[in-house]
Amino acid sequence: MLILISKRLGFTVLTMIVVSMLLFLLLEISPGNVATKVLGPYSSEESRQLWLEAHGYFEPLWWRYGTWLGNFLSGEFGDSIRFKVPVADILWPRLWNTAVLGFWTFAIMIPLSLILGVLAGMREGSKLDRVISVGSIITTSVPEFASTVLLSTVFVFGLKWLPGTSSMSSGFDWRQMILPVMVLIIYDFGYVARMTRASMAEVMTTHYIRTAVLKGLPYKQVIMKHALRNALIAPFTVIMLQINWLLSGVIVVEFFFAYKGFGALLLEASLNQDIFVIEACAMVAVFVAVASQTIADIGYTYLNPRIRFT
Amino acid sequence: MTDIAQTVSPAPTPGAAFMRALKSFALLRESTPGMVGAALVLFWVIVAILAPLIAPFDPLASLQPMAKPGTVYAQGGTFWLGTDHLGRDILSRIIYGSQTVLFYAPLATLCAYTLGIMMGLAAGYHLGWWDIVLSRISDIILSFPVLVLYIIIIATIGSSGINIIIAITFASAPGIMRIVRGLVLDLRNRDYVAAAQTRGESAMYIMLVEILPNARGPLIVDACLRLGYVIITIGVLGFLGLGLPPPDPDWGGMINETRKMAMIFPHMTIFPCIAISSLILGFNLLADGLREVSLRD
Repeated sequence: MLILISKRLGFTVLTMIVVSMLLFLLLEISPGNVATKVLGPYSSEESRQLWLEAHGYFEPLWWRYGTWLGNFLSGEFGDSIRFKVPVADILWPRLWNTAVLGFWTFAIMIPLSLILGVLAGMREGSKLDRVISVGSIITTSVPEFASTVLLSTVFVFGLKWLPGTSSMSSGFDWRQMILPVMVLIIYDFGYVARMTRASMAEVMTTHYIRTAVLKGLPYKQVIMKHALRNALIAPFTVIMLQINWLLSGVIVVEFFFAYKGFGALLLEASLNQDIFVIEACAMVAVFVAVASQTIADIGYTYLNPRIRFT
Repeated sequence: MTDIAQTVSPAPTPGAAFMRALKSFALLRESTPGMVGAALVLFWVIVAILAPLIAPFDPLASLQPMAKPGTVYAQGGTFWLGTDHLGRDILSRIIYGSQTVLFYAPLATLCAYTLGIMMGLAAGYHLGWWDIVLSRISDIILSFPVLVLYIIIIATIGSSGINIIIAITFASAPGIMRIVRGLVLDLRNRDYVAAAQTRGESAMYIMLVEILPNARGPLIVDACLRLGYVIITIGVLGFLGLGLPPPDPDWGGMINETRKMAMIFPHMTIFPCIAISSLILGFNLLADGLREVSLRD
């Protein structure tokens, strides 16, 4: 277990270094644009050059990368070009907001998709199974941007039940959370439900389930005591991987509902070539991705002792 | 020697491979969702091909702004789905938009597959440092949220059709590589590969002629699913204002341009939403049907 964790830690560091270098190189393709974006389209060429010089853009690339890396390691993320404040000041509140959004999404989506998946996989090929399977394909096929538009047309403009933006400008408001959470659940639950169904259906064909049924146990007890325990191992991994998906999945939702979260921050930083914000966000994204994958692997070996990672 | 090798290896000729592909599509009849999916995809393909014939108006012409669905145009014709804020007929734009999406999505998927298959074959067949380097590269790319990757690439190198294809190829090839690698690891120990090796065939020949055709089943299913994702991606990029440059009709872009008016004119956004969702649904159902059929035999 310790070997696995230290291996993953090494991989995380390696990935972070490679990704941050690639981002620096990528953003180097069009450096002149940065000054134009900051100073506006009507700024003079001279002032742009002065701005670039003042912000150290004429230093060699490796020097700037080295400086950034040194600062990053000592916890200094640099200043945002767009927001004109230290990156840490906007990054952590934004990340917290997205975590809140993610928490509510998961709190509803996981029980919902597990129940639907188990119900569908319990009796493969039954009418209920077909309805749930086709239903989950349909909801997964509607892209998030389409469901944001459709849902807000119905609930915001049609019925006027919910607010159309979720900027949370006057403190936390649960009414503003409903639509973003709903969109994320609709897009994502189908996938988890289908994975659960496949896993459940497989367990139901095993010998020990047949034995349990044949020895006359009540069907409910067979499901609750024998099938569920083994059927929920595979969905666990899938759910852990959804955390990684959520980081980019929230971009559309946060953009549409003007929710001040991580996705919206990353989008804005990318559009403005705000290099230090992009780098910091990317590092968070890589860390979350590798960490959730590692937790998924460790949990998997714990749940299923037949599998051992080295 | 050659004779023995040929009896051992099933050496798939192009004709036989085509017949088998046709057979698995014929089997699709047994899966209702698969048939519905195929019908949806076929519908949009036909719409895209016949676009100039069936579109009632020019998709770029400003005719009558903000007409509700069913409005009769003074100079002949009806806006069945209404017009947008610039007076362009929405039905015509959706019809022409199908050309855009059915051109870029398969092309981008094809590019991603070409790269992914080459990487996967090289890693899975040669193993050794090929495998280590290629797997590490794809691990790194895959540990990064995909949409974030698209946005950073497009925001930096600019949005155009070719850049979208580059971004999608770069971000999806590692996922395809993993699947291909897994399949190759299983297939490389088969007798017909050993036979080809004994025959003295080149590594390239074995990879492309002996291994790849036998790995096609899971790849076809994955390609259908991936096409759906690529369509979503192109739509999302359009929706975020990073898609194909206007004024060419693009479904995601249409939704983005008109979403601020959804309060008064919901028809401007709802119809493109339905169009894109139905095409993605088509590919997802098709993939599901193909998987169901392929698991049966």
